[in-house]
Amino acid sequence: MRLTLHVWRQAGPRAAGHFVRYDVADATPDMSFLELLDVLNQQLIARREEPIAFDHDCREGICGACGMVINGRPHGPRRATTTCQLHLRSFSDGAELWIEPWRARAFPVLKDLVVDRSAFDRVIQAGGFISVRTGSAPEANAVAVPKPDAERAMDAAACIGCGACVAACPNASAMLFVAAKVSHLGLLPQGQPERGSRVVNMVAQMDAEGFGACTNHGECMTACPKEISIDFIARLNRDYLKAVVRYPLSVVRGDGGGNG
Amino acid sequence: MELRAKLPSGPLPEKWERHRAEIKLVNPANKLKRHIIVVGSGLAGASAAASLAELGYAVSCFCFQDSPRRAHSIAAQGGINAAKNYQNDGDSAFRLFYDTIKGGDFRSREANVYRLAEISASIIDQCTAQGVPFAREYGGQLANRSFGGVQVSRTFYARGQTGQQLLLGAYQALSRHIGIGKVKMYPRTEMLDLVVVDGRARGIVVRSLVDGAVSTHVGDAVVLATGGYSNVYYLSTNAKGCNVTAIWRAHKRGAAFANPCFTQIHPTCIPATGQHQSKLTLMSESLRNDGRIWVPKRKGDARPPHEIPEDERDYYLERLYPSYGNLAPRDIASRRAKEVCDEGRGVGSGGGGGGHGVYLDLRDAIARLGRRVIAERYGNLFEMYERITGESPFQRPMRIYPAPHYTMGGLWVDYNLMTTVDGLYAIGEANFSDHGANRLGASALMQGLADGYFILPYTIGDYLAQAKLAPLDAAHPEVRRTEAEVSERVARLLAVGGRRSVDTFHRELGRLMWDKCGMSRNAAGLREAMQRIRVLRDEFWSDVYVAGKGADLNQALEHAGRVADFFEFAELMCHDALHREESCGCHFREEHQTPEGEAKRDDERFGYVAAWEFRGVGEPAVLHKEPLEFETVHLAQRSYK
Repeated sequence: MRLTLHVWRQAGPRAAGHFVRYDVADATPDMSFLELLDVLNQQLIARREEPIAFDHDCREGICGACGMVINGRPHGPRRATTTCQLHLRSFSDGAELWIEPWRARAFPVLKDLVVDRSAFDRVIQAGGFISVRTGSAPEANAVAVPKPDAERAMDAAACIGCGACVAACPNASAMLFVAAKVSHLGLLPQGQPERGSRVVNMVAQMDAEGFGACTNHGECMTACPKEISIDFIARLNRDYLKAVVRYPLSVVRGDGGGNG
Repeated sequence: MELRAKLPSGPLPEKWERHRAEIKLVNPANKLKRHIIVVGSGLAGASAAASLAELGYAVSCFCFQDSPRRAHSIAAQGGINAAKNYQNDGDSAFRLFYDTIKGGDFRSREANVYRLAEISASIIDQCTAQGVPFAREYGGQLANRSFGGVQVSRTFYARGQTGQQLLLGAYQALSRHIGIGKVKMYPRTEMLDLVVVDGRARGIVVRSLVDGAVSTHVGDAVVLATGGYSNVYYLSTNAKGCNVTAIWRAHKRGAAFANPCFTQIHPTCIPATGQHQSKLTLMSESLRNDGRIWVPKRKGDARPPHEIPEDERDYYLERLYPSYGNLAPRDIASRRAKEVCDEGRGVGSGGGGGGHGVYLDLRDAIARLGRRVIAERYGNLFEMYERITGESPFQRPMRIYPAPHYTMGGLWVDYNLMTTVDGLYAIGEANFSDHGANRLGASALMQGLADGYFILPYTIGDYLAQAKLAPLDAAHPEVRRTEAEVSERVARLLAVGGRRSVDTFHRELGRLMWDKCGMSRNAAGLREAMQRIRVLRDEFWSDVYVAGKGADLNQALEHAGRVADFFEFAELMCHDALHREESCGCHFREEHQTPEGEAKRDDERFGYVAAWEFRGVGEPAVLHKEPLEFETVHLAQRSYK
């Protein structure tokens, strides 16, 4: 296969970026997209040029490290597929591809296709957990969890934190990411005590990080490699409302996080 | 160097309890003043960092990924073992212990393994309380499935994403402590050396992967939770970033390296397709519960699988091991797959005919249980397979082939998980402790979490309570010297300015290790490999080209440093494989096999842990033996027939 790539090159966080055109003549359909970039990087190294920086690790679609916008779509054209799992058989010979980093104010570009997604970590740190001291857990089968609830929680928990939802959203909103965690833990009996504080604190942090608001475009769900449903955003909104009606905001915020 | 395993006395089931009663505690006020450095944020590292912070210690945690949530534990698919006996099928801590010892081909410590089995049940409690969405039965109770090498159903799972869910549990616990300031997290930061002062581990030298700055962090103890070294083979199921650097640098600073040749080749991975292949993808071993493994009986049979009639198929695992069948342990399943492929009966992408693959066929299970049940059990694995190969397992049997997956070897640790350097601990896959010469499926997650949640938090206190540690600042000559060495090495890599890329060297090393020190080994091949490694290593240092600058985000430079360490480490691995003149578990020496082609152990001569002491690059390492004493189990040739 012969492919023409236009890749976003940006030397550093404050440098101006631009597209650079590269031609790859020896691609094959069973190559993964990242292997295509590997091959291109080997060519660049041979020409004494700096290789393209991109995040990647497991290359199995589970670590969430990789992600780039391919022809305007986060993770490219294939449904439920991360960039590392996208194979060139999804493209036709001679195709022209535009490759860019995630674009969102909360995800500043570090270099080329690498962005800083630490905002997601800070949102989890604000409340995306169940506080349980090591060793203080009750016997696992003491609390039965209805199978449909466990399955639904797992659907939400499948989020890999790649940030495609943010990249896909015209508002660069992180609502799907936050909703997935709020729903995963809120659907389980273990997650009930902190349900109110969790949602309030996570949403506050999400706003502080500069993510936009949700205006129901649904692009996030389409881009999500784990097909997480926007139904969870409805749950998030409902949980948020319930929490702020039930307790004064100061109380909810004050009890978040615990003290170790 | 002296190996003191510090195994507690007393009957096996009482050892851990006695030990806990005897070890020293650090008083709560003093814990606040103790700073512990944890390197790695996988199951072992994240669970340890969170649990240590909870106890009151000041913790710094480091990972090379952009977020602690991305550590490679996340890719574990199948499940986690625990002796809960929820199935009422006769499981117990003793049975899990025995299965693990036997599965490891009697090359692990009884006391450690028993402790692991004992703790396993608490792990499930802990993770459930954290909100890990384990699979459940209709009554709401936790579900189980079975795994290779055992005859009870003790594996807990969360679809095919058990590692992800357990890691997110640990990550969330860690995040909570980061949020309240108890853990200082350093993502995109790679450990490049260990600082040892007066014989004690007192800090690490790191390089920021964002701007390339080299700096030192000092503390009272260092915990390495940096995973395994399967990427020495280049192609493995490990994430691209997995490396040996942290434990290798620790080894060079005095930590003994144990059993480096014990590397596990996982039987069920998607076969490689071409020269561009960058890694191999595992298909969970749980598929072997319902899948049947076969190849055509005839050599070079090129018919597509559905045209090969039943009586012309060789279900070789069922034939050779009637009682375990397709659930034979990993080492055996892998070796037999290689054997049938070497005979020319392997299958390729176009159908049969001398390929490097065997069929894993779920046809019978689909007919028996229905498509819906199979989709529920393995749906995400099927999708992954289809994404990679373009073939649907519902239509056509999957093709699988063994691939490097896990390393049982690692830093030698005592019962407290401390290495031969005082104050330096190794947990999870980074140590050698519990799996002997072969790890059973669903036991890596168990061990990582046992070490991090329930063992290290106790045992590290024993050291900190007794060690009289003088305050150390960054101006200490040893700190400066180590830091200077790191900077010098980085500069050297950039200065070579040769013609070959890092990747080509890594691939060449990997190919060599796979051929000579992979699924089966022999003396001549290992000697040849060691010689070629030395030549290749010299070539690397004289002809590698590393693009870019040191003070920058430079992925080629990161890779170069890791490959340089693999080159040093690979020689030790071959050396260990050469010295161990027996076959055991995953270490298969062609000279030592039974007439049926099974591994032939030599307990008389090799019933020990081989712990190697570093003496210089290219110098032969010095062997220290820790004899394995079996008080409870009876040593036997493993039989899965």
